[in-house]
Amino acid sequence: MKFRNTAAAAAALIFGATTAAHAATLDDVKRKGEVACVVSTSLAGFAAPDASGRYTGFDVDFCRAVAAAVLGDPNKVKFVPATTKNRFTVLNSGEGDILFRNTTETMSRDADLKLSFLPVNYYDGQGFLIRKSAGIKSATELGGASVCIQTGTTTELNLADFMRTNGIKYDPVPVETNEEALTNYEGGRCDVYTTDASGIAATRTGLDNPSAHVILPEIISKEPLAGAVRHGDDQWADIGKWVVNALINAEELGITQRNVKSKARKSGDNPKVNRLLGTEGGMGAMVGLDDKWAVRAISAVGNYGEIFERHIGKKTPLGLERGLNALWKDGGILYAAPIR
Amino acid sequence: MSAPQYAPGKHPDLPAPSTLAGPLAWVRANLLSSPSNITLTLLSLWFLWSVIPGALNWFFFDAVYSGENRAACRAAGEGACWAFIGEYLKLFTYGFYPEESRWRVNLAFVLMWLALVPILFDRVPHRKYGLYYAAAFPFIAGWLLVGGLGLAPVTTDKFGGIMLTLVVGVTGIAFSLPIGILLALGRSSKLTIIRVFCVGFIEFIRGVPLITLLFVASTMLSYFLPPGTNFDLLLRVLIMVTLFASGYMAEVIRGGLQAIPSGQTEAADALGLKYWQAMRLIVLPQALKISIPGIVNTFIGLYKDTTLVIIIGLYDPLGIGRAALANTSWIGLSTEVYIFVAIFFFVSCFAMSRYSLYLEDKLETGHKR
Amino acid sequence: MSEAAHAAMARRNPLARLWNDKESRQVIIQIISFVLIFAFFFMMVRNAVINLEAIGKDISLKFLWQPSSYDINQSLIEYSSRSSHFRAMIVGILNTLLVAVFGIALATILGFLLGISRLSKNWIINKMAYVYIEYVRNVPVLLHILLVHGMIINLLPLPRASLTIGDGAFLNNRGFFVPKPDFEPLFLAVAALFLGGVAFAFWFRKYARMVQDQSGKHYPVFWICLAAVAGVPLLAYFVLGAPITWEIPELQGFNYKGGMVLRPEFIALWLALSIYTAAFIGEIVRAGISAVDWGQNEAASALGITRGRTLHLVVIPQALRIIVPPLTSQYLNLTKNSSLAIAIGYMDIVATIGGISLNQTGREMECMALVLALYLVFSLLISAFMNWYNRRIKLVER
Repeated sequence: MKFRNTAAAAAALIFGATTAAHAATLDDVKRKGEVACVVSTSLAGFAAPDASGRYTGFDVDFCRAVAAAVLGDPNKVKFVPATTKNRFTVLNSGEGDILFRNTTETMSRDADLKLSFLPVNYYDGQGFLIRKSAGIKSATELGGASVCIQTGTTTELNLADFMRTNGIKYDPVPVETNEEALTNYEGGRCDVYTTDASGIAATRTGLDNPSAHVILPEIISKEPLAGAVRHGDDQWADIGKWVVNALINAEELGITQRNVKSKARKSGDNPKVNRLLGTEGGMGAMVGLDDKWAVRAISAVGNYGEIFERHIGKKTPLGLERGLNALWKDGGILYAAPIR
Repeated sequence: MSAPQYAPGKHPDLPAPSTLAGPLAWVRANLLSSPSNITLTLLSLWFLWSVIPGALNWFFFDAVYSGENRAACRAAGEGACWAFIGEYLKLFTYGFYPEESRWRVNLAFVLMWLALVPILFDRVPHRKYGLYYAAAFPFIAGWLLVGGLGLAPVTTDKFGGIMLTLVVGVTGIAFSLPIGILLALGRSSKLTIIRVFCVGFIEFIRGVPLITLLFVASTMLSYFLPPGTNFDLLLRVLIMVTLFASGYMAEVIRGGLQAIPSGQTEAADALGLKYWQAMRLIVLPQALKISIPGIVNTFIGLYKDTTLVIIIGLYDPLGIGRAALANTSWIGLSTEVYIFVAIFFFVSCFAMSRYSLYLEDKLETGHKR
Repeated sequence: MSEAAHAAMARRNPLARLWNDKESRQVIIQIISFVLIFAFFFMMVRNAVINLEAIGKDISLKFLWQPSSYDINQSLIEYSSRSSHFRAMIVGILNTLLVAVFGIALATILGFLLGISRLSKNWIINKMAYVYIEYVRNVPVLLHILLVHGMIINLLPLPRASLTIGDGAFLNNRGFFVPKPDFEPLFLAVAALFLGGVAFAFWFRKYARMVQDQSGKHYPVFWICLAAVAGVPLLAYFVLGAPITWEIPELQGFNYKGGMVLRPEFIALWLALSIYTAAFIGEIVRAGISAVDWGQNEAASALGITRGRTLHLVVIPQALRIIVPPLTSQYLNLTKNSSLAIAIGYMDIVATIGGISLNQTGREMECMALVLALYLVFSLLISAFMNWYNRRIKLVER
């Protein structure tokens, strides 16, 4: 009898609560007490478990921000690591509630794979990494080269298109993960490694002698990386969308992890800040949350700039420039819709 | 004339001449018996000489056991960088299991060995109760690892490393045997529909690679579940691995069933035993005994196949290794990871295959004429 | 329950009577199980339909005719990124078959060598084979593949420092480059002679066996067949003035161009699968040969049959009967294990239609169904062939 009880309890735990895949995800998340967030199995800087098994990274912080906004605790996230192959199924089947897995927004993914994309949180583009000793100055000189490329991503399609339009014959070497690509590139299996520019910068710093490698000037594609949710739940999509926008707006308005609490304590002079921090306007209720949703998100992970600098910015091993991802005021194209 | 005199037939046995016994004779008989043999011996010695010292140096003497990152390792020595494995050893063992609950994993591990004792050795006191306990073990371990009923729940996405390998391996082993027996009985059943179904199932399972089944589990199984329900990924993997192993198990056991003369079932019929009684009391004990080596081999295969879960994004030791390699300070040490994991699998599988040999020997004495 | 009570109940309840009768009970069980199985599958299909409808996806194979938009590095047929997904799938199938056939051939050779080494009287050879077999069998095949691949990439030189073998073959970590034959018309004659030689060899083997069965006369079958298959065509080749020109690979830019190439992914998968499967085949061969009764050897010696011929005519035919059935499952395993190609980026079925096509189109159902069906067909074909071969060498009982 005891065993039967145990088994039943275990089954209940393992099977998990039934989730209505297409109805109110928000209620569902609140009932479960955690946000199931689809992330990469491991991508340095964006999402990777550290030595104690805790997920950290740029994408991970967006997951935590959503959890903080919805549930009030940035740790109430269940990370669902997904490969390039099963990431959309995991989301569509209801196993994940939201996806932040450096995923390029494309029309077919939106319309055919039935995803709703959130605002872009990282503008990327596909570039090439090559040894300086090869003496190559442009991607159009790559005839006959072996090119390492991650499968299941838009990069392999971009590469095929680029090579075809330029009439270049090459030797694609498909790999599953960034780590494998690196092993192949460092071992000399490939002359060139192509992936998103952010990944290339990360990879280059990981090499024995970074200065012996150059990044070619060509950026052959647009890679707007964005979070995504399932089609069909507009309220949940709105929450995701406005959490991302709130983090970007916070940077624009000078609200940081450190000062958000004090600014939110009472209404200030700047109505934009007030609306964001919930001291006026009642914006939270519009998406089914309370007024302090953005305060919690920002105090959990900081504003967009802080997240960027913490995981992938200048001081990290990746050492990425803000570039396109600077605010529109600073010469970038990060232009979040206003909260009003 | 100092040699003592012996009566005829009383001379003590002399040692064999040194050309027939002793190390020299052994060398001559086993290594240098013919010109071709001499050539082979020399070639092999040369091969061993050129491989072993380098391998040992890399592995032990030039290896680095402590260091902060890869650069420190490379600076300290030419050999393997075991510091990396050391740094991630906990992750390799427990995966992402919460630190404060790891005693539960340890306890389950100890309980597993306790459960194995009555299964592995037949001269254990109170073996019957031991076997009851062993049958209950998977559920006890499941409760310990997953939690609930007084223990803090731990979600299965925290499972990883060697612990995950053991969870998948032990579950597969524990459940594939009974399912395999049922399938084997079904396949040799007189009931057409059941037989056809079992044959179809077994042939399907044996006809496709495990990773395609795992892909099915990870990419499309959720479409076949009632709308709104959701299986845990690990559970789906466990189901697939178990079904896969049962297909092979069924064939092993069918071999055992076929080796039992039909006189045995006929005798059981004559005694008025029902089908299940005949199977349980007469046929299966004999059939299973014959198929034990095959069963253990299937277990070993299943255990090795647990590495494939990495392909659908679970963190077995190989997966942990790869995740660790994505850490920029350790990048590029894949050989160390592969060798470490290879040693782990070698030790456990070799132990299992030794046990299988021991059983084979034990069983053979019973049947020798 | 007493007999009488039983009978009384059966009279009252016709259902119980049906259940107590063995024949009808079997029918009932079958009907119930059929209904259960059918209901199970019906539920699954129904769920799938509902689920797919809910997210607005359909099931259709139309995507197979869309351009695939990705490149494949190793293709036995013409393929470009403008070709259809269907063609990509064919490329994948051919690549799987290629590595399976090569792997089976090498694994068989290695396995027989290992099996014989395990029976060798030479202690070192014997123990080396033992260590090899135990190591290889007890480590997962995925690890072998990754290790061999890592070794090829890290230990072999870069293209500029290639190892040169003979005049026209080059080995580096981009692959093994060999000259490509360019056939001239006269070569047709050589090819025809070769085919004729093969046909002759088949016929002659049969004929020689018949003669031996009837008269005991023994022909040197192997040498005559070798002469017919290789000797005559080779002679003709040189007499006709070597009608093949070789296209030698040349180092150009990043890598060698021209010639034929075995890519490192192919070599790694091929070697890893072969050394893994060979360990199992080695054990099978050892078991098979040692299962042949020693008395058979002694009887052959007593009849004055030479050692070599004993092996050929007495031991091996008997050992084969024991070896072939487990050998079949090893061949099947090798073919199925080739699906692990995906770990190192060899473009087989799983990597093309079950990998990139699946990812890029999002058609999980259709792609996985195709992959499963293809592997099933392969398995059935291999078992059918090996069953046929097994029947052929089976002991004919009189």
